[in-house]
Amino acid sequence: MQSIEEMLRQHVAENILFSSQGYAYPDDASLLENGIIDSMNVMELVLFLEEKLGIKVEDFEIVPENFDSVSNLAAFARQKQSLFVSS
Amino acid sequence: MLVQEFLESSADRLPDKVALIGDGQRLTYAEVEAQANRLANAFLAQGLQRGDRVVLFLPNCLELAIAIFAVLKASGVFVPLNPSTKSDKCAYILNNCQARFLITSGRQADLAQQLTQQVSSLKTIILTSPPAETSTGNVLNYTAIQGDYKSHKPPKVNIDLDLACLIYTSGSTGDPKGVMSDHSNVVFAASSIIEYLGNVESDIIIGLLPLSFDYGLYQLLMVFKFGGTLVLEKGFTYPAAILKRMEQERVTGFPGVPTIYAMLLKMDLSTYDLSSLRYLTNTAAALPPSHILQIRAKFPWATLFSMYGLTETKRTLYLPPDQLDKSPDSVGIAIPGTEVWIEDKQGHRLGCSQVGELVVRGRHVMRGYWGNPEASAARFRPGLMPGERLCYTGDLFRMDEEGFMYFVSRQDDMIKSRGEKVAPKEVENALYGLPGVREAAVIGVADPVLGQVVKAFVVQEGDELTPADILRYCRAHLEDFMVPKLVELCVQLPKTSSGKIKKTDLK
Repeated sequence: MQSIEEMLRQHVAENILFSSQGYAYPDDASLLENGIIDSMNVMELVLFLEEKLGIKVEDFEIVPENFDSVSNLAAFARQKQSLFVSS
Repeated sequence: MLVQEFLESSADRLPDKVALIGDGQRLTYAEVEAQANRLANAFLAQGLQRGDRVVLFLPNCLELAIAIFAVLKASGVFVPLNPSTKSDKCAYILNNCQARFLITSGRQADLAQQLTQQVSSLKTIILTSPPAETSTGNVLNYTAIQGDYKSHKPPKVNIDLDLACLIYTSGSTGDPKGVMSDHSNVVFAASSIIEYLGNVESDIIIGLLPLSFDYGLYQLLMVFKFGGTLVLEKGFTYPAAILKRMEQERVTGFPGVPTIYAMLLKMDLSTYDLSSLRYLTNTAAALPPSHILQIRAKFPWATLFSMYGLTETKRTLYLPPDQLDKSPDSVGIAIPGTEVWIEDKQGHRLGCSQVGELVVRGRHVMRGYWGNPEASAARFRPGLMPGERLCYTGDLFRMDEEGFMYFVSRQDDMIKSRGEKVAPKEVENALYGLPGVREAAVIGVADPVLGQVVKAFVVQEGDELTPADILRYCRAHLEDFMVPKLVELCVQLPKTSSGKIKKTDLK
């Protein structure tokens, strides 16, 4: 099964970068500072998390600490999934 | 008065007051003044001559705000560039304005090196952060400059008829045009806007819009003029973080564009204490009347200003907030100290309810387009007094019986997405650069959040290109806001009898 990181890298490469060569950045690279995403793409990432990973993202959770790198996104997604499972 | 005196007089009057907040720092007016003087002295030591152009290619950051004033102190002309501008367009603009200096971040060091090869006038690069690899050539470092140069104020050379800045704006031909503002234009426009917003020293403004965009830039200039505080942010990407910051800093002024308001209206704001907010402003594109109602319901304690303008006059119209209930879809009246009217194609002034082109008169009418007398002559035409310039906006308006103005449409096919102007021709020119593209046509399609989105229709030579290939190419060659959201591959495009692409048939 694909890891969350792999799914995120693939999503960003295919749907945001339109790259045919995959995601060429380290997982901890800032998405915004490196121009990987622009301001509007954050909403696409929210939709991706909600639709593909079944996570409900609240407005107050859309902050750089959760969204500004593949690692941050994956950690955030895992934390949300574990809350969902335990509740 | 010169524009840098906004900073200098506030630094004299309020040296210990916090002027700029951003990047985890809080700088007082005295600190901003000292940093700007050091950078100005570095420019002069590097041979900056009066009127030399300095391109500032940076996202919103403290160094960018400081560099704007440093360039003016050294009697130069600053040219802010959108940080998502791609290399071809950077080279075009630097060559067009014959830039002598470039300030950018270490991340763009490779691009900066490449530009020194493509732009013969470019002599010095200043990096605001360390590059990944050591750079060659005349490359200075912002931090080192702050240690190496003195903080005395350079001698004042310019007068207010000298240029302060060039702001590049999309042209319908596809090539960007540099709008020339002299110091008197900027001082006048800033003063007029401060007057109707009623800004006072205790105002704390949040700067979300890029300083490369005149609406963003003037937030900085105005705040320094009235001695307030600017909270500088890199954008509205993370609305929750911005709202938190507004709460912490007790922000009083919120300048937004329709896309930002559309995002705000979708959020639950009840968890934030935004009671410090005194006013909100909107420009760049009109707010739908339903959004005006919702904004007022969310912020009943704050005043909303609907405004209209174009870079060529900075700001043109504003709706006095007490008129908002009566005329929610109007963008109001001429800003203080200026006048506007509506003309037909023959140059006759029109009365109420008649649709014609908006014409602007006042000291905010800028000096023309850099190195482009034809485009300047079309937009800036002789006025009522000898030597005077009027601005023909190219936008169609009508006026009601009380003199309030209503935007009707543009005369050209310019698209407004996220409040930014997108010239279809510029996107089409980029598309024609992609091998395999035979024909391309670009239009704007209505979108509830972005206002309009860019849609590209492409006819290809064979069948090798996919929409993803086209989007990837666009992302590499166009600024973010110009990249099409939608791409449709077509077998052919509708044509007029003379063989031109008939865009009115595209949807």
